[in-house]
Amino acid sequence: MTSLSQGAAISVKDVHVQYRMNLQKNPTLKNTIVRLGRRERTVRVFEALDGVSFDVPHGKVMGVIGANGAGKSTLMRTVAGILAPSQGRIEVNGRVSTLLALGVGFNSALSGRENVTLGGLAAGLSRAEIKEKYAEISAFAEIEDFMDMPMRTYSSGMYSRLAFAVAVNMDPDILIIDEALSAGDAHFKKKASDKMAELVSKARTMLVVSHALGTIKELCDEAIWLHKGKLIRRGEPDEIIAAYTKFLQVGEDAITLEDF
Amino acid sequence: MSQARSSTAEDEYNGERHVYEPHRAGLPPLVPYFRELWRRRTFAFELSRTSMHAANTDTVFGQAWLVINPLLLSGVYYILVDIIGGGASKADPGAFFALLTSGLFLYYYITGSMSAGTTAVTQGGRLILNTSFPKMLLTVSTVYTAFRRFLPTLIVYFGIHLITGQKVGFHLLWLIPILIMATMMGLGLANLFATLQVYFRDTASFLPYVIRIWLYLSPVLWTIEMAKERAGKGGQMYQLLLTWSPINPMYGILGAQGEVLVGGTSPSWDLLAYGFGWSALILVAGSLLMMSREREFAVRL
Repeated sequence: MTSLSQGAAISVKDVHVQYRMNLQKNPTLKNTIVRLGRRERTVRVFEALDGVSFDVPHGKVMGVIGANGAGKSTLMRTVAGILAPSQGRIEVNGRVSTLLALGVGFNSALSGRENVTLGGLAAGLSRAEIKEKYAEISAFAEIEDFMDMPMRTYSSGMYSRLAFAVAVNMDPDILIIDEALSAGDAHFKKKASDKMAELVSKARTMLVVSHALGTIKELCDEAIWLHKGKLIRRGEPDEIIAAYTKFLQVGEDAITLEDF
Repeated sequence: MSQARSSTAEDEYNGERHVYEPHRAGLPPLVPYFRELWRRRTFAFELSRTSMHAANTDTVFGQAWLVINPLLLSGVYYILVDIIGGGASKADPGAFFALLTSGLFLYYYITGSMSAGTTAVTQGGRLILNTSFPKMLLTVSTVYTAFRRFLPTLIVYFGIHLITGQKVGFHLLWLIPILIMATMMGLGLANLFATLQVYFRDTASFLPYVIRIWLYLSPVLWTIEMAKERAGKGGQMYQLLLTWSPINPMYGILGAQGEVLVGGTSPSWDLLAYGFGWSALILVAGSLLMMSREREFAVRL
């Protein structure tokens, strides 16, 4: 593992994230009270990230791969400042734009235009900055006709396209993308990957999580492989993908993770 | 778990450099937090504007409904308390109606901020999962919405004030600090209950009961003078009510407003002190609770 360099855009140092998972489906006061007599624990502590350290130099694209439950999304959210680390330190130099699995809109009763504005304002952009980007976003997402309709009328493809358009058009210094490239049809995928390539050529720093190993190979300068919250390996994308694919083929039992 | 926070003045939200360190059970650095809250205030106003638009509150009839609804409510309570209940206002029914209406409007401003604020965080799901921002923006927005819904009722009240022949003068300026206290209390309660709602999803369903009981215990449907008079005649419940009133956070604010609007005087200092003390306490306690817990919201939504 390389040491944390001063000039890194993202520096993650020995980060642990613990979740307290509530086993109740819907935690309510009533349930808590009526369960008081039973000595069952309803909260389980779960280590989602376990001592992860890496850094991403300015202008580099870092891919993150790993099986389901490896902690990839947790890592993205922690780097974006949405989740607090339980231990360790994260330093991010630059304006971050996040495109996480759940998309941009948060209020489906509001129109696409309103959601874009609210998302931008919450992220700290000014109204003028958003207005400036707005035409570009709606054109990129190809949903001009729907921008003034409530987001509940959107198809899932339109939803993802808008989310992608917002994230890449906000002029981020650092772009964090989680599983987003699979959004939309073949035409939009092509457009999305062209846009990503353009951002890469502009020397933007990116952190990309994807199950599409081809995308990682194509876009990333470097990759890390997470497994059950631990960083297993870091290196060239080809090498990491090969190791990860081998691991997937033979399964966890047949291979000792410490070998890597 | 909660280790020492960064001792440097590094900024968690602002600027182009972000440092994230553990403070799950502790508070985020306060100066950057409030600076960022202020910087992103447009979000709170925009959210309020769009949600009022989505609820059609910004149309003519939407505005009219904001006025008709509490007016009907005060009509109902007036019939209940003054006509059926044997009359709180033997001397001046007009003054009692003015007091009842103003009390109800202010009470529903505070509790309206609280109940709308309660679901502010749980409804902000996607935004909270995807963006790092001070979560208090969400409750500030609901309180701002509640204030905008309260304003038309204030205008209606002044109509009643004039019709029922209440005094007009500089003493009415006391309403400004009273409204500030009510807003502080509304935001404090919104922060408190929004945080509780994340942990206990049925908090919002308990609120209507809380709001109803709290209304009966506050000097809205009864006046402090009336309670004193009845307590003097041996009314034990009224004696109890008056003894415990100072621990009711609404007592000072509503009592002070009553003295200003219908009493036609400056509010007494003890009521102002109770009002300010409770508003400040609730605002600080609610906000500290929310700030200390908000980084956990993303996990719990």
